[in-house]
Amino acid sequence: MKVTKIKIGRRSFIKSSTLTTGGIMLGFNWLMSCDMTPQQINALPKEWFKINGFLKIGENGLVTIMSPNPEIGQNVKTSMPMLVAEELDIDWDNVIVEQAPLNTSLFKRQIAGGSQSIRQGWNSLRMAGATARVMLIKAASKSWGVPENEITTSMGQLIHSISGKTLSYGEVASLASKMEVPKEISLKDPSEFKIIGTSRKNVDGSKIVIGKPLFGIDYKKENMLIAMIVHPPAFGMQLKLIDDSKASKMPGIERVFIMKTHESGYKLGAFDNDAFNDLAVVVGRSTWEVMQAKKVLLIEWEMAPAKTEELSFFGKNVTVDTPAGLESTQDHKEIFEEMSKKKGKVVRKDGNPAAAFKNATKVIEKSYTCPFLAHNTMEPMNFFADVSDEKAILIGPIQTPEYMEQSVSKRLGMSIENIDIQMTRMGGGFGRRLYGHFLTEAAVISKEMKQPIKLIYSREDDMTQGTYRPSYHVSYRAALDKDNNLIAFHVKAGGIPESPIAANRFPAGAVENYIAEEWTRSSNITVGAFRAPRSNFIAGVEQAFLDEVAEAAGKDPIDFRLELLAIAENKPIGKNNDYEAKRYAGVLKLVKEKASWNNNNNPQVFRGVAAYFCHNSYVANVLDMVMKNGKPVVEKVYCAIDCGIVVNPDAAINLAEGGVVDGIGHAMYSAITFKDGAPEQNNFHNYRLIRHGESPKKIEVHFVKNNIDPTGLGEPPFPPIMGALANALYQATGVRHYNQPFSAYES
Amino acid sequence: MSNFKLSINGKNKEVEADPKTPILWILRDHLDLVGTKYGCGIAQCGACTVHLDGVAVRSCQLPVSVIGNKKITTIEGLSEKGDHPVQKAWIEHDVPQCGYCQAGQIMNASALLNSNPNPTDNDIDSAMRGNICRCGTYTRIHAAIKTAAKS
Repeated sequence: MKVTKIKIGRRSFIKSSTLTTGGIMLGFNWLMSCDMTPQQINALPKEWFKINGFLKIGENGLVTIMSPNPEIGQNVKTSMPMLVAEELDIDWDNVIVEQAPLNTSLFKRQIAGGSQSIRQGWNSLRMAGATARVMLIKAASKSWGVPENEITTSMGQLIHSISGKTLSYGEVASLASKMEVPKEISLKDPSEFKIIGTSRKNVDGSKIVIGKPLFGIDYKKENMLIAMIVHPPAFGMQLKLIDDSKASKMPGIERVFIMKTHESGYKLGAFDNDAFNDLAVVVGRSTWEVMQAKKVLLIEWEMAPAKTEELSFFGKNVTVDTPAGLESTQDHKEIFEEMSKKKGKVVRKDGNPAAAFKNATKVIEKSYTCPFLAHNTMEPMNFFADVSDEKAILIGPIQTPEYMEQSVSKRLGMSIENIDIQMTRMGGGFGRRLYGHFLTEAAVISKEMKQPIKLIYSREDDMTQGTYRPSYHVSYRAALDKDNNLIAFHVKAGGIPESPIAANRFPAGAVENYIAEEWTRSSNITVGAFRAPRSNFIAGVEQAFLDEVAEAAGKDPIDFRLELLAIAENKPIGKNNDYEAKRYAGVLKLVKEKASWNNNNNPQVFRGVAAYFCHNSYVANVLDMVMKNGKPVVEKVYCAIDCGIVVNPDAAINLAEGGVVDGIGHAMYSAITFKDGAPEQNNFHNYRLIRHGESPKKIEVHFVKNNIDPTGLGEPPFPPIMGALANALYQATGVRHYNQPFSAYES
Repeated sequence: MSNFKLSINGKNKEVEADPKTPILWILRDHLDLVGTKYGCGIAQCGACTVHLDGVAVRSCQLPVSVIGNKKITTIEGLSEKGDHPVQKAWIEHDVPQCGYCQAGQIMNASALLNSNPNPTDNDIDSAMRGNICRCGTYTRIHAAIKTAAKS
């Protein structure tokens, strides 16, 4: 048996009463009651014994495991507690999962972002379970008077096989909670896993299907008022003054006022995105009444000046310029034209690209663009706030509670100890709820009203607020020699306001002469991380371009990639290549096999392939397209993934399926465009999301089996499918698509 | 403000509201039935789907004044114990990711099966087209509807 000895950060496992102190418990009962089914409530123990911050055990053997991270649909509320349960050695059916509140002293990195929850929680969560198991063994050892090393455990039972004695965890939970926390701990070898690697259903599934109030927007408290905001209709504008003479007299309206999300001089943090700092606020008794009052509120807007701000990005100061003016999509196209002709900033260079291009037999050159995108979580932005002079209780959907706690603390001038943030299940995240301005706004409104409020953005407020996926432009050049070898590769990538380049990713490392350039142009349209930031565009276009290069070289697109990856694996070129060529090739080989790539004998099926590495995981796709009534239809997608150990296979498949559908949808249909600073889309009648019937008829997901510690899965399945889609479309229609969304450019 | 008597999930309810108030907000704000979700407010996403006399309707576009004595069923009242065949199929296929749209999806799917117990793939595609799932669980929704149709 291989065991891993790990020194533990004891702070997390020291028995803590923090969970029961007033601040943290307030409002928590509501969330807890939502977390339980009636059956669970009936089976509740009389008493809970806290073993550590992650878990408590009831006298009847029921175990409550706290899920530390925010749940946005990536299913960490099930998979993170599975890690604890594995090492605790408990029957999963006896586990109740509770969403932990924000508690930075107990839990590390309570963030939903970067596909990092499982990766970064892998050791600490297993150690929480293992620590508790050792304490239970110590307790049994004491009550039986036998040495600890004679005691084993199995599914919630302590066993002394020499004497034949057994005890349930519940029977010694009280004693275990008083045991010393071990200083060192052994973790299971993957071959011993009983829970990890088995499919467990979403712990909230049975509540979701009966409409339990799980989401932030569902939260209610007595005397709570509803607040909504009005933000400027265009980027480059700001609020000048309001005339609320009509609005404040509307039925159900309590107050109409102007608020500042941040006071002047406030140094914005990384997640304080504020497209519009001054907002009109309408507060009333019901959502519908507030919506009606908003319609009759008269607001005068004015042009916003250009500004230069110093932001604090994770301790680093960054200066950001925001230009004045009203931008249009046409202006952005002209910027793309202009900037793509200029030299960019060289971020990587291997060999002598200029000479190689000069000596090339063939040069392939293509450019690609994509629009801004709105995240459009199905649950619009919202947050509950109850702020008094002494404390602030904030409940709702947020991906970055740790950061927003600091923001609210600064904004309210209140110490962090008096701020209590509770995380609800989120109706989607996709990066949008990393930027918690709505949480700060809710706190400011509640403070002003001296009353609990729930702030709700309408769909229109949400979609036109900004925080968009940036608009990007990428140009590629590839040089082939007379034997059709790829001898040079040139990528120039830019965007408004950031570049999507990842200069050290494939095909860097596989091409003798390589150059990567980037450029940026500032804008007053605000942007934010959107599922697989930057990769969500550059993956697809790189893979579409490689398809075109393979075609020019007269090579099979998978073989062409595998040849390059063999170079990257055996004779890597340059430094800092940030991918493992072998694992990259591994997913391509797996998808090739599963899709029977070499045996597609059906002339009606048109296939596209793509592969990408981002957020520490490798994904390859084969997309099968058929033409029905002259229209391309995605019949089937094969998806091969290497994300290390898969914790909850069926849920992982679900997430990968979602990534595939999401990628096809955004590449095909979605865009935010601008006219005079105003977004031209504001709801789902003019912003197209993929719909039922447009998603693949079948998605087959295969995982590479290995014992590598788990990496990310929320983001990696999303980017490459856009390339597979473009490549299949070309096979089916003979037309290559260079601009997203593809549907807008269809003839 | 007017007084309305409504039949919701087999129970009689009385509310004071502006006659134009959509049933969505009557349910959510007046009656604490928050399983029905707000997604777009313009009948484009399906998150607010409820049954009116067994037929799927978008509650965000349905003023309280037009209900009369028609019976409203929400996700909370689809079944007493959460064991409607569609709900069971949703659990079997572990459909939800974020879960926000699923009440609307389930209400739409159960109305479809009421009127068409054995829908074809095309029937499902066209009936479910009005319900957006941002997480992209469509293939599971589709499979779950087929499972529910069989039971």
